[in-house]
Amino acid sequence: MSHSEQRVTASERRAAREAQLIASEKARDLARELKIYDFHGGVHPPENKHQSTAEPIGSIPLADDLIVPLNQHIGATAIPLVKLGEDVLKGQKIAEGDGPVSCPVHAPSSGKVMAIEPMAVPHPSGMVADCIQIRTDGRDQWYPLEPVEDFRSRPVDDLLEKIRDCGIAGMGGAGFPTAVKLNPRGGAEIDTLVINGTECEPYITADDMLMREHAEEIVAGVEILAHLLDQPERVLIGIEDNKPEAIAAMKKAARGTRFHVVVFPTKYPSGGEKQLIQILTGREVPNEGLPANVGIVCQNVGTARAVYRAIALGEPLISRVTTVVGESLERQRNIEVPLGTPIRHILDSHGVDRKQLQRVVIGGPMMGYTIDDESAPVVKTTTCILAPTDRELPAPPPAQACIRCGLCAEACPASLLPQQLYWYARAEDREKLQAYNLFDCIECGACSYVCPSSIPLVQYYRAAKGDIRTAQLEKEKADRARERFEYRTLRLEKAEQEKEAKRLARKKAAEEARKQRERNADSPEAKAAKAESDVVAAALARVKAKQAAPEQQLARAQRALTSAEHRVERMQGKLAEAEDAQKAQLEAQLKTAELKLQEARQKLAEAEKLAATAPAQQTPPPAEPSITDDKLAVASSTSSAASSAIEKAKAAAAARASMSPEEKLATEIEALEKRVAKAEARLQKARSEDDPNTGAFETALNKMQDKLAAKRREQSGDEPE
Amino acid sequence: MEWLSEVSTPLLILGGMALVFGALLGFAAVRFKVEGDPIVDQIDAILPQTQCGQCGHPGCRPYAEAIANGEAINKCPPGGQATINELANLLDVEAIPLDAEHGVEDVKKVAFIREAECIGCTKCIQACPVDAIVGAAKQMHTVIVDECTGCDLCVEPCPVDCIDMVPLETSLQQWHPDKPGDGIALIASDRPERHTDDRSAA
Repeated sequence: MSHSEQRVTASERRAAREAQLIASEKARDLARELKIYDFHGGVHPPENKHQSTAEPIGSIPLADDLIVPLNQHIGATAIPLVKLGEDVLKGQKIAEGDGPVSCPVHAPSSGKVMAIEPMAVPHPSGMVADCIQIRTDGRDQWYPLEPVEDFRSRPVDDLLEKIRDCGIAGMGGAGFPTAVKLNPRGGAEIDTLVINGTECEPYITADDMLMREHAEEIVAGVEILAHLLDQPERVLIGIEDNKPEAIAAMKKAARGTRFHVVVFPTKYPSGGEKQLIQILTGREVPNEGLPANVGIVCQNVGTARAVYRAIALGEPLISRVTTVVGESLERQRNIEVPLGTPIRHILDSHGVDRKQLQRVVIGGPMMGYTIDDESAPVVKTTTCILAPTDRELPAPPPAQACIRCGLCAEACPASLLPQQLYWYARAEDREKLQAYNLFDCIECGACSYVCPSSIPLVQYYRAAKGDIRTAQLEKEKADRARERFEYRTLRLEKAEQEKEAKRLARKKAAEEARKQRERNADSPEAKAAKAESDVVAAALARVKAKQAAPEQQLARAQRALTSAEHRVERMQGKLAEAEDAQKAQLEAQLKTAELKLQEARQKLAEAEKLAATAPAQQTPPPAEPSITDDKLAVASSTSSAASSAIEKAKAAAAARASMSPEEKLATEIEALEKRVAKAEARLQKARSEDDPNTGAFETALNKMQDKLAAKRREQSGDEPE
Repeated sequence: MEWLSEVSTPLLILGGMALVFGALLGFAAVRFKVEGDPIVDQIDAILPQTQCGQCGHPGCRPYAEAIANGEAINKCPPGGQATINELANLLDVEAIPLDAEHGVEDVKKVAFIREAECIGCTKCIQACPVDAIVGAAKQMHTVIVDECTGCDLCVEPCPVDCIDMVPLETSLQQWHPDKPGDGIALIASDRPERHTDDRSAA
């Protein structure tokens, strides 16, 4: 007994020791891995961060009109949920995401929907895009919010859905839908969550100020993110060492959690996702891969805060912290501004001096772009509004020839060869550009910054990337067109072959039938067929006579001609009077009318010829009071109806061919009785509903009853014989 | 007798080798036979597949076949100079400018049917080489923009002239900046005064 007990304790001890060893090893690993790595290249542009960090995050009066673009993220444009003139509340969803990689959009304040139309958006192209314009009512009244209580007990999918529903997209600048990023496809195992508080670009301090003032919210958001990623082994918050206040605030907030605040030397562009991952973990994101491929998910601090507010308060993403900076402004600071606020409103409320203002840049001086239309709004990805003077951010000097100095290759954080790419981009050699990994360029602008010849290298790369993407799209389209063309050719050939085969088969069948008939000319079937064909031939002759009586045709053609002439005259009159705008349409109509006139003339000429050659010899066919005749009369009015009527008549003739006259009469009476009953019912209905056609129904019924009576008399007269 | 074996041995060896290699080549010719003409496929892959017939051939593939048989490579206006350059590269011939006789390079266009004026004659549907027009007899027709190659073969058959070729608009997502203009020719002293400021003055 004691022996076995001893053994248990021994094994326990061993297990404990092992666990301790593993733990210490892990701690060592962690300590080792927490060392900071470096990435290739990088530059040190003037930071210019002090201008906007003097004041706490402020706010500005609500703008009269908020312009909310439907696409503020990477992915499909959202679909509007509201109508013109509708009243919306703050935080109400006004557009729903379209598909999995998309984001809904919410009203940033309460008010009325004034317009849903293309308007200026912050985009380097200066093009317009669909936006919802909301005229604010100043009440700022919230839509009822639905916070998630105790997120740890909720399924991950629900939380992801909530994040998606709150319209959260990456707030570092790219705007990738956060819910998609937190749900790595292919079941990639995530062992590290990286929180990006680097903000390496000059002038921008939005994340810095956010970390100083809202560190608790950020850390709470990181907790949610870690929960969503199944508690990755390590959670690293990376901050550059030029933000001591933010580092202190974040360290304080992260105390008591397992999150590490990692501080590393300032260098541009360490805030790039791939660069930051390399700094913190030493891992390199593969070519054309995602951070998830190396077990990492990276989120911006602003996104972490937005996630916290979405889950804990139920607040959708309707505002963001943006840096407003530049020497042409009286006041430079960070503001928490509702999305959709026009940039003009922000500049005006910061005392912009338009004489000094050189241009408006969205983003920083390295990666930002100039916008021409200040009515463009702040969106989810607007990190900074830079309003520099000429002295502050001079227009780039003219580019000079590349001297092959190689400084760009030294500065490139992606270890590319910028000057090779430059030559190939100028020569539009797409194959070589791709061979030199153009698509690994993060467009950070470090190469342009160091270039002694001031060559706008990044612009060449952007253009080349766009060219290659367009060419790929066109190639796809061309392939599809080829496929469709080939399929169509095939289809037409097949149809032709089928037609040919059918024609042959028909010919053969006709031949066979003729032979058959010749062989047994007086069998009962042949007789029946002959009788049937007689009936059909007679019916056809009647139809033809009605359609083709030359005088009638002549008269009809003349009528058509006169009406066409009138129409043309009228159109010409209208055209003379019409406004320019309508002219094109009227001209088209006139052209049709003239075409018709021509046609009518041709027909008239034909009809006249016919009338001349064929004197009116055709006697009208004898009128027979039978159902077939009725039907044929109707059939003669339209040719298509005629063919179907002929079909019916054929069937009826075939049926009658095998009946005695008595039987025939009986069936006729029966049919008539049915029709009378139907007509009576119809009349009844019409009377009850006070139909205007009641009179017509009545006369029709009377006629039918007369006919029925006549048939009955015939039947009773026949019987005594 | 000595001389006979001296002559016959190498003859036999060489003859045997000839037979073996001949058989090998014959087998390879059958086993690895390439269907069709690979160069035609390569040329066809470069052509823009508008199937417009501006080159004088009924579609892109016939033109590709003609090029493979030595026809000029500059007869494709929809492809423009880019296609000519690629073809020149592939065929190792000189890139020549587009033959204006067959048309000039134009912006990308797609057909647009003014639906109010369409009479539903189906003539354009029959003319479309890529089945990019939907509609039926006496029903209004419309163009599937994504599938339209802009060949303008549907414009001529329309009896009421209700088809326009409209330039294809680039969407915001597809937009990309143009290559910067070549600034190297500019004389540095010609620049405006403010550009002489030190870049790092800020």
